[in-house]
Amino acid sequence: MDTLANLAMGFGIALTPYTVLLALIGCFVGTIIGALPGLGPSNGVALLIPISFSMGLDAISALVLLTSVYYGAMYGGRISSILLNIPGDEPAMMTTLDGYPMAKQGFASDALVISGVASFVGAFLATVGLMFLSPLLAQVAFKFGPAEYFALYMLAFCTLGGIGSNNQAKAAMAAAIGLGISMIGLDKTTGMPRFTFGEMHLMDGIDFLVAIVGLFAVAEVFHFIESHGKDSAIGVKLGRITINWAKMWSTRWAMLRGTGIGFVAGILPGAGASLGSFLAYMTEKSVARDKDSFGKGNPRGVAAPEAGNNAAAGGALIPMLTLGVPGSGTTAVLLALLLTLNITPGPLLFTEKPEVVWSLIASLLIANIMLLILNVPMVKVFVRILSVPSWVLLPGVTMVAFVGIFSLTGSSFDMQLMVAFGVMGWLFRKLDIPTVPVILGILLGNAMEDNLRRAMVLSDGDWTYLFSSPISIGLWVAAALGFVAPIFLRGILKKPPQPATDSGTSDA
Amino acid sequence: MRGDRIFGVVMMIVALGYILSAMSIQTSFLSDPVGPRVFPYMVAGVVMVCALVMVLRPDPEAEWPRGAMIVQLLVALVVLLGYAMLIRPLGFVIPTAIAAGILSWQINPHPLRAALTGIGLGVGLFVLFKFILGLGLVGLPRGLFD
Repeated sequence: MDTLANLAMGFGIALTPYTVLLALIGCFVGTIIGALPGLGPSNGVALLIPISFSMGLDAISALVLLTSVYYGAMYGGRISSILLNIPGDEPAMMTTLDGYPMAKQGFASDALVISGVASFVGAFLATVGLMFLSPLLAQVAFKFGPAEYFALYMLAFCTLGGIGSNNQAKAAMAAAIGLGISMIGLDKTTGMPRFTFGEMHLMDGIDFLVAIVGLFAVAEVFHFIESHGKDSAIGVKLGRITINWAKMWSTRWAMLRGTGIGFVAGILPGAGASLGSFLAYMTEKSVARDKDSFGKGNPRGVAAPEAGNNAAAGGALIPMLTLGVPGSGTTAVLLALLLTLNITPGPLLFTEKPEVVWSLIASLLIANIMLLILNVPMVKVFVRILSVPSWVLLPGVTMVAFVGIFSLTGSSFDMQLMVAFGVMGWLFRKLDIPTVPVILGILLGNAMEDNLRRAMVLSDGDWTYLFSSPISIGLWVAAALGFVAPIFLRGILKKPPQPATDSGTSDA
Repeated sequence: MRGDRIFGVVMMIVALGYILSAMSIQTSFLSDPVGPRVFPYMVAGVVMVCALVMVLRPDPEAEWPRGAMIVQLLVALVVLLGYAMLIRPLGFVIPTAIAAGILSWQINPHPLRAALTGIGLGVGLFVLFKFILGLGLVGLPRGLFD
C-alpha cells in the first residue's frame, strides 16, 4: 500500500512535539476565529499568513499551523450559530436553522456536542478521502498541458462566479478586475513593465497578501462601523456540557450523508463549504419523514450541515493541492500561503515534494482529533471568548492586519494599498459584487496568462488549440454550464429563512 | 439602481484607460506569438461587457450611509491611512494605541473604555508580537531606524 507508506512518512514528520504544538495552537486560534462573528476562515487565515511568514517558520510548520487554523475555523463557526443565532462564518449559516432553536429549547449542549461530532466525522472522512483521491487526481493532472490549464482556470472562475454570487455579470467583472490587477508589474516573458506608471513600488506587482488582507479584514472594519456592532448580541445561556449518546446516534446517517454531499461539493471548483452545508441540509430535510420539525430544532438539521461544511473543507483541498486551482475563498487563501512559501501546488508537488503533502495530510488527521477534544468537552472556553466585546475585538483584529503586512513588507505604501483594498471591499459588498473572484484573479492571473501564451507558442498562434483536446473541451463545457446553470437553478434552490432572534438583541 | 449604473460607467472608463495603457506596453523582439498586450485586452474586454450589463440591468439599490455615518467612515479611513504612514517613523506602540482607541470609540462611544482599549492593545500587541512571536517591530520612536 503506497498510500499507507506515504502516510507513515507523513506522520513521521508531523508527529514531532514542535509540530504537534503548532497544530494545537492552530486549532485553538482557528476555533476562536471561526466562532467570532465577522472573522471567518478566509480572513482569519489571511491575517495569519504574513505573521507566520515573518516569524520565519519553515514551509511544513507554517502549513501545519495554518491548515489547523483553517480546519479549526470550520469547527468554530457553529458555536456562534447555535448560541447567538449569528453564523460565525458563512458556511455555518445553515447551522443556525436548527441549532439556534435547539439552544432556545434548552438543548444548547446537545446541539454543540452533535455538531462538534458531526464536524469531526465530516472532516475526518474527507481527509481520508483526500488521502486516497488526490494521488489519483494528480495522475490525471499530469496529462494537463497549457491549454487544459487555461480551460481549468476558466472553469474555476465560471463556477465560482456562477454559484457563489447573485449576479453573473458582477462575478465575472470581479474576476476580470482581479486578473487586471495581477497584470501590474514586470511581464515575465519579455521583462517589460506593465501598468506601473513609473511607480517603483509597483514593479514587483501587487502582493496578493496585501490585497487579501485588505479585501477581507480591513473591509470588515468599515462594514462593522457602519452596522454599528449590532451583531454583538448576547445569546442563549449554556449549561453543563453533557453528551446525549442516544440523540447523537440517531443523527449518524445525517452525518454520513452530509459528509458525502459536502465532500463532493468541496471538490467541485468554485463550490466550497457554503454550498456543501447548504446541499447537505436540503437533502437531509427532503429525505426526512418529519420534514416539519426541520427549522424547529431537529438535531439532524444540525448534524448534516456541519458534517457537510467540514467535509467540503477537506474536499476543497483536493483541487487546490493537485491542480493549484482553489475551490473557494478560503482555499484561495491557502493557495496564497503555498505560493508565499514557494510551494507550487500541482501534480508535481506529489512526486517532487511528497513530504510536504503527506505531512500536511498527517497533521490534518492529528488536528481533527485535537479539534474534537477542543470542541466537545472544552467548548465552554470558546463560549467565554465569544463574550469579548466588539469594541476591543475589532480594533485588535485591524491592528493585527497592519502588523502582519508591516512586518512582511516593511512598506508604508503597501499598508496604504491595503487600506485602499479595504475601501474596495466595502464598496463591493455594498454593490453585491463578490470579492473572492477578485482574490482568485490576483492569485491565478499570471499563471493563467502564462498558460495561454505557452499554448499559443505550442500551436504557433492558432487559437483553436485551446479547444483541441477532449479534456479541454470537457472543461470548457463544464465552465459554460457552471456559469449559466445557476441562473435557472436559483429559483429552485432558495434559502430557508433564518430563525428569528426574539430573545433580546442587546443594544451594545 | 444608481450605484450599479455609476459603478458600471466608472469601470468602463477604467477599462478604456487600461486598454490605452496596455497599448503602450513595449514588447521585445523575443516575444511569443501572443505578447504582453493581448491578455490585458481580453481582461478589459470582459470588464467592459460586464460594466455594460450593470448599466443596462442594475440590481436594486443598496443602502448607502448618510450624514453622520459618512463622517464616521471617513474618520476611520483617515485613521487607517494615517496609521499606515506613521507606524514607521513613530514606532509601533503610540500609533497603535491612538488608532485602536479611535476605532474602539467609533464602535462604542465611551471615551474612557476606548482609551483603555487603545493603550491595552498598543502595549499588549507589541508584547505579543515582539517578545512572544519574535517579529522585528520597533516599539517607540527612536529616530527613523533603530
